[in-house]
Amino acid sequence: MIPLRVSIVAAVSASALLLVVLELIRSRRLQERYALLWLLTGCVILVFALWTDALGKLADATGIAYPPSALFVLGSAFILVVLLHYSTVISKLSEQNTALTQRVAMLELRLEQHAREAPPA
Amino acid sequence: MALDPRLHAHRRAAVVPAWNEAETIAGVIEEIRAVDPGMEIIVVDDGSYDKTAVIAAEAGARVLRLACNLGIGGAVQTGFQAARELECDLVVQIDGDGQHDPQELPLIVAPVLDGRADIVIGSRFAGAGKYRAPPVRRLGMRIFAAFVSLLTGKSLSDTSSSFRAVNRRALSLFAVDYPHGYLETIEATVMAVRYGLRIEEVPVRMRERTSGRSSLTTPISLYYTVKVVIAVFISMFRRKAVQLEEDS
Repeated sequence: MIPLRVSIVAAVSASALLLVVLELIRSRRLQERYALLWLLTGCVILVFALWTDALGKLADATGIAYPPSALFVLGSAFILVVLLHYSTVISKLSEQNTALTQRVAMLELRLEQHAREAPPA
Repeated sequence: MALDPRLHAHRRAAVVPAWNEAETIAGVIEEIRAVDPGMEIIVVDDGSYDKTAVIAAEAGARVLRLACNLGIGGAVQTGFQAARELECDLVVQIDGDGQHDPQELPLIVAPVLDGRADIVIGSRFAGAGKYRAPPVRRLGMRIFAAFVSLLTGKSLSDTSSSFRAVNRRALSLFAVDYPHGYLETIEATVMAVRYGLRIEEVPVRMRERTSGRSSLTTPISLYYTVKVVIAVFISMFRRKAVQLEEDS
């Protein structure tokens, strides 16, 4: 069985996470596409915190003796997924950064070329 | 159709987002020019692998070549920014794949010319012609439209159409704040309502794709559905970031 206090603390924390994420989106400090995984994390933790039967079954199925640990494992798994997602985001950003830097260099070259071909009167 | 003489009072542009549309882009540009020779044609090449940019430039369009692939929302917004840079006050958004018929440009701009609307959406579900997309996609689009109508209290039949016209007022919003990613038009519609822009729909007919296919697959469309629903909800109460310009 899951102690009532664990349920309450987990549910309150998950709700707080959801609220903070939603407020960050509303105030434009977080884009939706980077918020989706956090929202999913919050929702899943919230559901399992309240629906203790399902958490018990999950713990049984995975051989976790103490059901609240299953909640912990679930939370860690989601954090891992979020981190992995951020790694892909950073990779894309660094690729775009390279492309932008190179494009600026090419534009400068072209500008210089122009200036040389048509010197200002 | 004869060109509306009121058009000449406006500096006008067609924004054509294109991603690997080398086969169709020249045709689209020629067709737009045939309908309205005075229209600036701004092609935004969103990092194509093919010769879209070269062909568009040869066809006489102004080409913006994005250094990184931004996705459709970012590409369209770049086009809007360029239109503002060129001091345009009437902008039509039209796809580079040939699905939208430039012959219908006069229909799309009419409500803006009349001063009745800030944004005109070419609706594929408003009765003109048959729109041949897979039934599931059509259903999805209808559901999005119903959802947006419900939230905004405005009756709209097609919120995912990217055949649109905007005036200076709407342009001053979208050039600064425009949703990114795919299916951006739905969120843009909600934003428009929130900023008090007047929206009108006109019926348009879609042409068959002359090349290419829809880029959607089932798991991806599920992801987008969730994303759009959240985005739409949030844009209903997100902080406003833009001061609108008045229409000239």
